[in-house]
Amino acid sequence: MRFGIVTFPGSNCDYDAFHAVQDVLGEEAFYLWHRDHDLQNADVVVLPGGFSYGDYLRAGAIARFSPIMREVIAHARRGAPVLAVCNGFQIACEAGLLPGALLRNASLSFVCESVRLRVETSDTRFTSEYEQGQILRVPIAHGEGRYTADAETLDRLEGEGRVVFRYVGTDGEPAPAANPNGSMRDIAGIVNETGNVLGMMPHPERAVDPLLGSRDGLPLFESLLARVSA
Amino acid sequence: MKNFRVAVHIVPRRGILDPQGTAVAHALHTLGFEGVADVKVGRHIVIDVAADNRDSASRSAREMCQRLLANPVTEDFEIATVEQA
Repeated sequence: MRFGIVTFPGSNCDYDAFHAVQDVLGEEAFYLWHRDHDLQNADVVVLPGGFSYGDYLRAGAIARFSPIMREVIAHARRGAPVLAVCNGFQIACEAGLLPGALLRNASLSFVCESVRLRVETSDTRFTSEYEQGQILRVPIAHGEGRYTADAETLDRLEGEGRVVFRYVGTDGEPAPAANPNGSMRDIAGIVNETGNVLGMMPHPERAVDPLLGSRDGLPLFESLLARVSA
Repeated sequence: MKNFRVAVHIVPRRGILDPQGTAVAHALHTLGFEGVADVKVGRHIVIDVAADNRDSASRSAREMCQRLLANPVTEDFEIATVEQA
């Protein structure tokens, strides 16, 4: 399977994603330059973390107008998978691929730590290799990760099973102290209506090797492999 | 075409948590400004633009806000001033 990883000016997790795909998952990874107009037949597009365009104006606001985003949006509209992590999630929201917005952390601090996530549904092409209710350890590193949407949108996301990951505490339940950024309804990751675009603030690509403390992110990539090749 | 200078204000929408505004309000209270009820911290953007007239400069700035400068999910904007430069 071919994973195209978009590099924007200021992306800094593109190499982590490349490593996860190529060296750990054992699939083909390549970079897509933000000024290009060619996805090079990528099966999966990864919008990686970082600080595209210095987060000027709002995180993701300018990157969404990068030339390659036209092709990324078309790829998503065709129903092909897009994995949008951290800054990628912010870009996907700005581009209208996902509802809502990611605002400054409630604490006003940049948060870099390992969090617990609960898999809210294994019925997506990104999470089929997890069990529903499974608790993962995955790192976060962001200053603007407070997921925000109106109540109607939040109800709809929950009603349609599109909340994929939630921040939880040691008991596996959401709690204010376990929510690192003040996200509404403890949301850490969501999918779009057609289930082919996943946006999440935590970094699964940084949790693929026990040497770095967790391999809980790897099944996400394996899920894509299982579902997309099938 | 004439040159206009348009200023726009963009602020977090009411009802959406603005921790920055809250922090500033606390600081103002500490300074003794006890009458401060609420603070919203947003952005002030100044745009120099060529247009046929004031209305068209203002319309153009409005579209810029809708498409890029403000996030329609979380922010409100207003055209603060339009001056011929």
